[in-house]
Amino acid sequence: MSLVQEYELLRRVPMFADIEPARLKLVAFMSERVGFDDGKLLCRQGDPGDAAYLIIEGEVEIVLEGPAGPLTVATIGANEIVAEMAILCDTTRNASVRAKGRVVALRISKEPFVRMVREFPAMAVSIMRELANRLDSTNTQLSAALSEVRRLREGAGAPASQEAGA
Amino acid sequence: MKAMTAAASSADAVLRPGLLPGVAPQSDAERVPQPPIPPEVSNLESSVYRFILKHSMKQQILLLLLTLSSFPFLYYSLDLPKTIVNRAIGGKHFPEQLLGFEFDQVPYLMILCAAFLALVFINGAFKYAINTFKGQIGERMLRRFRYSLYQRLLCFPLSYFHKNSSAQIIPMITVECEQLGGFIGDAFNLPLFQGGQLLTMILFMFMQDPILAAAAIALYPVQGYIIPKLQFKVNQLAKQRVRTVRQVADRVQESAAGIVEIQANDTVKLNLTDFAHVLGRIYDIRFEIYKRKFFAKFLNNFIGQLTPFFFYSLGGYLVIKGDLSFGALVAITVAQKDLASPWKELLDFYQIKENSRITYEQIVEQFQPSGMTDAKLLLAEPEQVMPLTGELSVANVSLDEDDKSRVVDAVSFTVQLDEHVAIIGQSGSGKSELALLLARLARPSSGRITVGGLDFAELPVAVIGRRIGYAAAMPYLFAGTLRDNLLLALRHIPLRPPEYDETLGRERERQLYEARRSGNIDFDLQADWIDYRSAGVSGPAELTERIAEILRRLDFEEDIYGLGLRGRLDPAAQPELAQRLLEARRALEQRLVAEGITNLVETYDPERYNSNATVAENLLFGTPIGPTFELDALADNIHVRRVLDQLGLTDDLVEAGRQVAATMTEMFAGLPPEHEFFEQFSFIGAHELPEFASVLAAAENGGVGGLDRQQRDKLLSLPFKLIAARHRLGILEEGMQQRLLEARRAFRESLPDEARSQIEFFDPARYNAAASLQDNMLFGKIAYGEADAVARVPQVLRDVLEALSLRSAVMDVGLDYHVGTAGSRLSLAQRQRAAIARALLKRPDLLILNEATSGLDAPAQTKVAAGLREEMAGRGLIWVLHRASLARNFARVLVMSGGKLQEQGRFEELDRKDSLTALLMAAE
Repeated sequence: MSLVQEYELLRRVPMFADIEPARLKLVAFMSERVGFDDGKLLCRQGDPGDAAYLIIEGEVEIVLEGPAGPLTVATIGANEIVAEMAILCDTTRNASVRAKGRVVALRISKEPFVRMVREFPAMAVSIMRELANRLDSTNTQLSAALSEVRRLREGAGAPASQEAGA
Repeated sequence: MKAMTAAASSADAVLRPGLLPGVAPQSDAERVPQPPIPPEVSNLESSVYRFILKHSMKQQILLLLLTLSSFPFLYYSLDLPKTIVNRAIGGKHFPEQLLGFEFDQVPYLMILCAAFLALVFINGAFKYAINTFKGQIGERMLRRFRYSLYQRLLCFPLSYFHKNSSAQIIPMITVECEQLGGFIGDAFNLPLFQGGQLLTMILFMFMQDPILAAAAIALYPVQGYIIPKLQFKVNQLAKQRVRTVRQVADRVQESAAGIVEIQANDTVKLNLTDFAHVLGRIYDIRFEIYKRKFFAKFLNNFIGQLTPFFFYSLGGYLVIKGDLSFGALVAITVAQKDLASPWKELLDFYQIKENSRITYEQIVEQFQPSGMTDAKLLLAEPEQVMPLTGELSVANVSLDEDDKSRVVDAVSFTVQLDEHVAIIGQSGSGKSELALLLARLARPSSGRITVGGLDFAELPVAVIGRRIGYAAAMPYLFAGTLRDNLLLALRHIPLRPPEYDETLGRERERQLYEARRSGNIDFDLQADWIDYRSAGVSGPAELTERIAEILRRLDFEEDIYGLGLRGRLDPAAQPELAQRLLEARRALEQRLVAEGITNLVETYDPERYNSNATVAENLLFGTPIGPTFELDALADNIHVRRVLDQLGLTDDLVEAGRQVAATMTEMFAGLPPEHEFFEQFSFIGAHELPEFASVLAAAENGGVGGLDRQQRDKLLSLPFKLIAARHRLGILEEGMQQRLLEARRAFRESLPDEARSQIEFFDPARYNAAASLQDNMLFGKIAYGEADAVARVPQVLRDVLEALSLRSAVMDVGLDYHVGTAGSRLSLAQRQRAAIARALLKRPDLLILNEATSGLDAPAQTKVAAGLREEMAGRGLIWVLHRASLARNFARVLVMSGGKLQEQGRFEELDRKDSLTALLMAAE
């Protein structure tokens, strides 16, 4: 797997899709390929977020550590990005990410990434666009969910079904 | 040698009974009282002649006698040629009588010539002996003088060093006094010798003709009057010159120390101007000296030539008138000519003497600051240094600064020597000065400090420096290893003389004899000076453990362990340890296998390409020793290039370089040149980008084959830095790796023998002296891109070392770390810890800390405080704290303000509303 292939993978991530090729290659170059054995944590819930991961090989599980014990809420496979919120804002991890089998991922560190965003406004714009899209779809989902809740309340039915999301 | 051994072993008997090798333990009753010989206290005489007479009168007399006894031979050697010419060559009456024998002309000539040759030899030998002897006297005296200066320097009060820069002192001890050596040899000999000659000749002239003789020396009084007058002014100027040159030294030192400020504030031009100004002053002074010196010379010569003028005019007149015989005039003229040489010598000597006198006086003047420690206190070696017990009592102690402001004002308190006391106060409250007073590093202006009933003012440094520990906020570490710096506190006098074989022993004896002849200390630097007993241990092994214990208490162990892992070991010096470290290498490997984490370290395998190492490392497959095979410049190495050419790899690597360059220029184009990404990620510096861009453009047209040598070299250097696992540029694919492996083999096989010594090749069965301890044990690279590698591998390594009991050996290597000038290779926190460790090592009865942990962060501070107090339990601790809140755990707290002791008591009692302590706490 070479830089070019990693670049191709990154380009397929909607958030990075519009970024200039040279910049995105630099993002790939600055990132680190990391291997995780089965069961190893890519990140731990509650830790400060310092990197996003693009899964190159294998699968990871998103695990919520609740009072009732860990709960796997989603499984994410190759070519997908996880924990990307961490590199955009200062939050702690809201879930753990665990390797399911052997995983190879591209670790995109927050600090250089943020610097690039700051210095290349075009990058910021394309990321902003993607976030706006997401917000839009989240809003749509939310209103759908709210009307669902209202409908169920009115009908005094069962509690709303869980929507998965990490 | 004998006295030395006696001194050392008696000191040993005092301080370490029973620990002298081969000597049975002696009880105090049995011990033969044999006080160690304290080194001589050397004083400085006020004038150079007094100094010479006091220390070398006997030699000076000897020198004179030697010179006098050379006179007859000199006289004969001057007389003999006349005899040879007149009687042997031009003689008519043969056979000649000589020592009762009769000789014909030729044998007579030969015998006289042989005698002449013998005399030449004897005169030469005399000259050689006299000059050597003069040199010896001069050099010994110079050595004595320098030694005295240095000894005095060690007695200077601290305040001196606050006000004066060492740059002024250094030239005094080094360059300025250098000329004294030459002068001292001549001091008596030359004036007496030349003066004697002069007098003899004058006498001879008077016997010939009193009037003309009087005429010949008539102008001497004039010269004798004028020359000192002229010289006086030159002397004044010379003094000024010396002072101004010292200013130059001062400026240079200040600029070196303040280089940051000079650049940060752009005072470059100011500094240059100031320096030029001082140089200008020196120029003026020196030029003035030249003018006066040469004027004096001119006057001298003129007066010197006046005498012949009188001879020719007056004498000639007398001859013409018949009042003087022609022969007498010639004789006197010749004699007068001979007179000129000793007279000139005397005048020159006078100038040198004046110069030396001034130099001496000026240096001595600088070495008399007020408030010097009595050298006797500094050097005294008590028969036994007893532990201090009882209490430290401070009675009405004040300290005035030089400008008479009172920084410590009538402070009184007592501290039991098993008590821990904190002193707090704002900066400027006098707390730091108080700490200096308590360690007797400053002397009270009034009042008295006693410890166990002994007056501080009368205690020798041997007691204070061995029984009281002191550590400051800005401790000084000497250049050398960390161990040297720690052991400093145990090296007071030589305790165990070294073993010398006969040759070395004789040489050592000669050195000692010389040292004594110059009034220098005659201790042996090669002796073992370490006082194990005062560290509470029996020998080196226990001492190492004790150091480790102290380091642990000071939370300093991890740092030293880290330094040890990064340090190197000489397997030739410690073969056993190297062997054990090799075992650790194997154990680590097994451990990685056992835990199933072999993927975290990629071991060096001669048969495999190491994808976590650079191309350069893979090619060299060893650690460079010296600069020849430095990894950064390996692409330029001729041996490497030859192999690459042979294997046809050069072109491919140049092409690889082109790809790297292309990727880099694409990715980094548009970034501002100062961007930190260049530093962090790029193979190419920002300033090189345009150059590479033009090389790339050239390659675009004709391929890499069309590039010139320089361009190809430039590209070739790039792939050498590539790490396959890290830089995923798609260049180091399997095929390329195989070819590089082949190059590795070819390189090693074809390497000429002389280059082999420049590389320590990786060898699984050998300890690598050029590599660090850690690299030796890993024997490979920590893998990139394995999630835990960076945390896990050091942990496993630590476990392995622990299991093999090698941790202390690693620490030992860490202690050999060179701390750099003034400890600059350590952080402030590390230096502070080292200084405290040093103070603890001698197990002081009282430890004084002067804001000694100010460079530590809060958690470390707490740990160190706890460890320290535990260590000092049952002994005295006085801790001047930089923050009031740190006093919380102290049973007793003294609060200083405005030089006065304002409050004291338990911390809880003091920490009440509106108290000074509460105010100090609030201010934090």
